Amino acid sequence: MPAAPLIAVRDMHKWYAGVHALKGVDFDVQTREVVGLVGDNGAGKSTLIKILSGVHRPDRGEIRIEGKPVEIASPKAAMRLGIETIYQDASMVPTMSIARNLFVGREPLRIGVGGIGLIDHARMRRESMKAIADVDLHLRSPDALLAELSGGQRQGVAIARAMHFKSRVLILDEPTNHLSVKETAKVLGFVRGLPPQGVAGILISHNLHHVFESCDRIVAMARGEIVFDKKVAETSIDDVQNYL
Amino acid sequence: MKNLFRIYLEKPELAGLALLILLAALFDARSGGAFLSADNLRGILGLLPEVGLVSIGVTILMICGEFDLSVGSTFALTPMATSLLIIAGVPTFAAILLGLLIAAAIGFINGFITLTFAIPSFITTLGMLFIVRSLTVVISGGFPPLLPDDLNTAVFTQFVGPGGLFRGSFVWFLGVALAASAMMGNSNLGNWIRATGGHLEAAGAMGVPARRVKLFCFILCSMLAGFGGIIQVFRLHSPLPSIGDGLELQAVAAAVIGGTALSGGVGTVLGAIVGALLIRVIDNGLVMSQVDANWFKFAVGGLTILAVVSNTWLRRTARRMKVEA
Repeated sequence: MPAAPLIAVRDMHKWYAGVHALKGVDFDVQTREVVGLVGDNGAGKSTLIKILSGVHRPDRGEIRIEGKPVEIASPKAAMRLGIETIYQDASMVPTMSIARNLFVGREPLRIGVGGIGLIDHARMRRESMKAIADVDLHLRSPDALLAELSGGQRQGVAIARAMHFKSRVLILDEPTNHLSVKETAKVLGFVRGLPPQGVAGILISHNLHHVFESCDRIVAMARGEIVFDKKVAETSIDDVQNYL
Repeated sequence: MKNLFRIYLEKPELAGLALLILLAALFDARSGGAFLSADNLRGILGLLPEVGLVSIGVTILMICGEFDLSVGSTFALTPMATSLLIIAGVPTFAAILLGLLIAAAIGFINGFITLTFAIPSFITTLGMLFIVRSLTVVISGGFPPLLPDDLNTAVFTQFVGPGGLFRGSFVWFLGVALAASAMMGNSNLGNWIRATGGHLEAAGAMGVPARRVKLFCFILCSMLAGFGGIIQVFRLHSPLPSIGDGLELQAVAAAVIGGTALSGGVGTVLGAIVGALLIRVIDNGLVMSQVDANWFKFAVGGLTILAVVSNTWLRRTARRMKVEA
């Protein structure tokens, strides 16, 4: 018997003000697998992702992680389960430094009571530099502000953040939007590098070329349902396009 | 240009601080040295804690991305309630605590309504401005009650420090300012406040309990306003129901002059103090240098607009300069 999938979504339903956004979705992510999630706007990709990252709650359905049923009640709960999400432009606070962004919500404390306390700035800066270097990003100082970085560098910091906290699955929601060709290649490189580090990925993109370049499997959604699910090696761009 | 933007984000109070020094020197020269005399400084610093506390609260709330226009009314209701309790025989300390609890309740209601119904705090707290002012007049019974003559207010009003330069209230103010500054700069809570105001969706997605953080800032803001009111009433020895009228706008002006961004995410406690002090200095300095004091509001207004225009311009320029690496 094969091992239980890392993430298993079963019979997931979600309604928004009368709109049936997810209609009984079954969706798996295996360990060390990068899944490309494609589909038109309104197909249900974002809804599915937001449920997995704790932003929305499902109306019906089950999520299992390594076979165990879980409740994902908040983004914090998702993070505790090892699910980190990077949104295209809502993943960082531009007016704060790299170090503060990397650790916001999970700051190392010198002293604290009930989760509130004084930040260990030295440790935060030191670990920030390491986290950034670990994803092969070269930035001078952890004190630089996010607003000073290019779009690609920002995505790099977001990825560093996810990797530093030992995520098991990284969800990337259109991470290459507004990026230059060179920076896009770099972000896709990060994605391809996930499985060797023992991390699974879900890449949401409108660009099928990007998905074919960096994913193991491709899943297409339309009108709240999954309409296509094949290994990248066993299909082609034309094949997928017929389903969109 | 990029460096200027960075300086603004990291030390937004710098321009206000420079202006403060410039104005102090100017007023001192025009008044023939009377402005910086110990007597005059005692007057300025004696009034600073009252406005300063309100400004700190408003500034922190603005950094968190929300407004409070009801602080002027809370500034009046809190000491009114405390005074009535003291007159009714409640021990002073307990009366102060109960007054602050009422202030906290006002902040909670402000935040709860704003967040639950997702409406602009500008409107919620505008409504609360009227409601709380009305309550203040109603419970006063129409006549300002008199505090007992033997009430010991020394802890706020006594002159202390070298040459008796400071009132006791200044020490309290300094304590609050240092604690607030440490919270904003060095605690994880401060980090969350800044993140919540800087980019609400991102903060939420990164696991910051944004709703609770905002609620905390609303409550803190009201409590600081109430505390400022108590200090003023203990100085005047009578809780006039009209005190703090228009204070909400002065506090917002102080925050903005001190570099706080209207859009949230940027600002410092020191900036709030610099802004409040600048307003006090202009108020006093105009009189000391024998300029018609009716120019006071003109100057504060002009400065407020100038501060917002320059902050916005800096931000826009920096956005245009974004370079690809």
